[in-house]
Amino acid sequence: MSDQDYRPGLRESATFDRSTIHEIQRAASTGIYDIRGFGAKRKVPHFDDLLFLGASMSRYPLEGYREKCSTDVILGNRYASKPLHLDIPVTIAGMSFGALSAQAKEALGRGASAVGTSTTTGDGGMTDEERGQSRHLVYQYLPSRYGMNPNHLRMADAIEVVLGQGAKPGGGGMLLGQKISDRVAQMRTLPKGVDQRSACRHPDWTGPDDLAIKIEELREITDWEKPIYVKIGATRTYYDVKLAVKAGADVVVLDGMQGGTAATQEVFIEHVGIPTLAAIPQAVQALQEMGMHRKVQLIVSGGIRNGADVAKAIALGADAVGIGTAAMIALGCNHPRWEEDYRKIGSAAGFYDDYQAGQDPAGISTQDPELASRLDPVDAGRRLANYLRVITMEAQTIARACGKSHLHHLEPEDLVAITIEAAAMARVPLAGTEWIPGRGNGGF
Amino acid sequence: MKHISLAEHSVRELNQLLHDQARELTEPAWRVSDPDGRHAIAAGLDQDLSVDIEGHAGYYCAGMNQKATVTVHGTVGVGVAENMMSGMVRVKGNASQSGGATAHGGLLVIEGDASARCGISMKGVDIVVGGNVGHMSAFMGQAGRLVVCGDAGDALGDSLYEARIYVRGKVASLGADCIEKDMRPEHLEELAALLEQAGIDADPKVFRRYGSARQLYNFKVDNTDAY
Amino acid sequence: MCGIVGLYLKDAGLESRLGALFEPMLLSMSDRGPDSAGFAIYGDEVAAGNIKFTLQNEDPAHDWDGLMQGLRSTLDGKLDWFRNTSAAVVKTSADETSVRDYLAAHSPDTRVMSVGRSIEILKGVGHPRLVAERFSLSGMAGSHIIGHTRMATESAVTMSGSHPFSTGHDLCLVHNGSLSNHNQLRRELVRHGLRFETENDSEVAAGYLTWRMREGASLSEALRSAIDDLDGFYTFTVGTRHGFAVLRDPIACKPAVLAETEQFVAMASEYRALARLPGIANAKVWEPEPGKVYVWEHSARHVEETGT
Repeated sequence: MSDQDYRPGLRESATFDRSTIHEIQRAASTGIYDIRGFGAKRKVPHFDDLLFLGASMSRYPLEGYREKCSTDVILGNRYASKPLHLDIPVTIAGMSFGALSAQAKEALGRGASAVGTSTTTGDGGMTDEERGQSRHLVYQYLPSRYGMNPNHLRMADAIEVVLGQGAKPGGGGMLLGQKISDRVAQMRTLPKGVDQRSACRHPDWTGPDDLAIKIEELREITDWEKPIYVKIGATRTYYDVKLAVKAGADVVVLDGMQGGTAATQEVFIEHVGIPTLAAIPQAVQALQEMGMHRKVQLIVSGGIRNGADVAKAIALGADAVGIGTAAMIALGCNHPRWEEDYRKIGSAAGFYDDYQAGQDPAGISTQDPELASRLDPVDAGRRLANYLRVITMEAQTIARACGKSHLHHLEPEDLVAITIEAAAMARVPLAGTEWIPGRGNGGF
Repeated sequence: MKHISLAEHSVRELNQLLHDQARELTEPAWRVSDPDGRHAIAAGLDQDLSVDIEGHAGYYCAGMNQKATVTVHGTVGVGVAENMMSGMVRVKGNASQSGGATAHGGLLVIEGDASARCGISMKGVDIVVGGNVGHMSAFMGQAGRLVVCGDAGDALGDSLYEARIYVRGKVASLGADCIEKDMRPEHLEELAALLEQAGIDADPKVFRRYGSARQLYNFKVDNTDAY
Repeated sequence: MCGIVGLYLKDAGLESRLGALFEPMLLSMSDRGPDSAGFAIYGDEVAAGNIKFTLQNEDPAHDWDGLMQGLRSTLDGKLDWFRNTSAAVVKTSADETSVRDYLAAHSPDTRVMSVGRSIEILKGVGHPRLVAERFSLSGMAGSHIIGHTRMATESAVTMSGSHPFSTGHDLCLVHNGSLSNHNQLRRELVRHGLRFETENDSEVAAGYLTWRMREGASLSEALRSAIDDLDGFYTFTVGTRHGFAVLRDPIACKPAVLAETEQFVAMASEYRALARLPGIANAKVWEPEPGKVYVWEHSARHVEETGT
């Protein structure tokens, strides 16, 4: 309750707080569930609950700028003859043209390419803008197959078979009529202005045994050159990672519940899936048990914001991370310069999550030509590159402090937790103790 | 004509030879023997080739085909000609589920029966089935034509967009938002042309046409029963 | 998540070749299920009033001779047995309970794989080829056989997690798919007195059929009610003393193909498993429809296709 609303004697219910009451009223008046973008907004145990043990006496730190701390990563060298070599272990997660404007997609390509990392297509296919501007482009292979084109498959640097995403594991995509412009409609072979209902399952395979055959087909079509990623939303992560490896994945992309979306039911975003922090150790355990850790690479996404998050994810066993929401913010999403416009549509800078509505004042999650033209792909790309450089340097700073000459030398033993929940989920000791809750009880 | 036996060569070797033709066309006609249900045979072709597969193929035969004419003298597994862009795929026998799934163009002819989900999410392909199709065929079909000379299973054309469906026999049931529509002269004409292309002798006048009622294109609270 | 194969002979002349015809079918499904494999073979039927057990013990040094001597001296009735590597087939005129009681008391790590007059279930961890070789599948004779290759989804890769699962006398089940309500159902079945050895969803499906038939349902009735009570994705093949049954869930995503000639009926996850059977070129080949129970019964040599 803000100060101006305060009146003695008024007490807000913890169960029926104002936003809950508002949602019931909204549902009663419209008859449709709340659909929005962004990721989970509830507080869950996260990387902030972990701390690094920097070097002092027992370990020796490295000097910044003089003593090298490498950041490169190779993705997909299990079966693919042309794996990806990235300069930094921070990749741009899949976001579609359709969800984002062409300018935003181009900016993502420019920013990622400037720092030597990859960007990823999304539902709806590959645009010339993003292929043109992306040095490393991962082509998503989704249930809807909107805009799916074998020429694009062959033009891509890697293929990501999407089973799910952290914001909505088990759910299909959704793009509301407002965003189905002429170009989006044409790319997806849909009538203009319809609500696009993306499927939640692939149309021609179900389950890991059939996925193995699908992956073999994709490899055949691309002559075994391209790495095949398998992307999963974090839920039954231990099993899903094992099955992705059994099905033949080169890389597993693991998206935690904080991962963003362009448009999904609020109830899905906030109530399905597990936090990124809880998912990583399950995935790493699965890979280690199969002897595949760091052989089948693990890309973790869902709530990565800064270099500390990058370093923590890698220390827990990830080979690289993916960013989506943070990349959009770097481009200019939720920027205060559009405050007045945010207010006009009932939102505010820092709160805007109606990516489904296509009215993004920052010109990113929109197909409105006028709004989209607000985003200069060159400027926005530079902002993204800056941001990627910053978080990479931050991760290096931490790694050097822990005495590591490569980010991949970070390990779980470099971490402690400051809450019991985080200690249990990340499987690192509570700070100042040797206690890892749940250890000895059969792991997960 | 070049002959490859899959008893002697791997699918990988075959497909590489066929893909190499996309760079330089040196051999337009291929014969593949001993397929024995192997997967991804002749997948990802991108050249004006003719490929005859003598026997039964597994999953994703001629997947993502472009330009090529692939004929299977036997049955095919799941997802024949899935995401085909152009060209023609002909199956002399039966096809398993998801035949022609998400295909954008070209012509898929299945002379026998096709099982469930034939033409699921079709995006412009033409599919002509000589026999029956299974349940959920043309589910979420976006564009293209599905012609069924036999009967159709349950939930035909569920959640259909703009794909058109012609059925000669019985339809077990129509899916949500799929309705029967009038056969106008232009439909008889396009159906006659499709049947002729497919080489199937049938009278267009005995077919019925089905399409989208377009009631689910935008969310309406009164339609929630359909979800 | 797995491969399923089944072969049921109409032509008794082929019975001596059952294992030889079936082994390539099982092996062709290795890619679908490289973790473990197993099969239930029917034949070598014991006379009325007798009963046959398949026992398995994972300890290669297990003292089968000692166990059998003990059983023989304790049981009221005669007992024949033979060993097949990690398994033993025991035929006796004694009653089932006393055999089970003796095993539980004297050899708790010996597991009962199957009980009946005809069925023998053999299964193990490892590549299907190794499992087939271990039990000398290719030399086996019988009237029909059902097999499974497993890619474990959520439960562990163990011998007891391998298929087929026994569902009662001369009955077994194999499954491809993933059930979504098996935990709830398992708790309910436990309340009805069933016991489960694994966390496996397929074992719950087997237990469900056992329970329904114990309550008086026929196999067809039990399978029909499974359509309502089992949620998720499945293709089931059920072996019976006289034949087999096939059922796919109403969505029917998991693959299944049937072939029938004058000589046999065969079932597989993929057509390639059937491609080498004699006379397959002229067989009737089709995919079972969703939510429909298909039953072939030996004795009457009739086919029952039961819609819902």
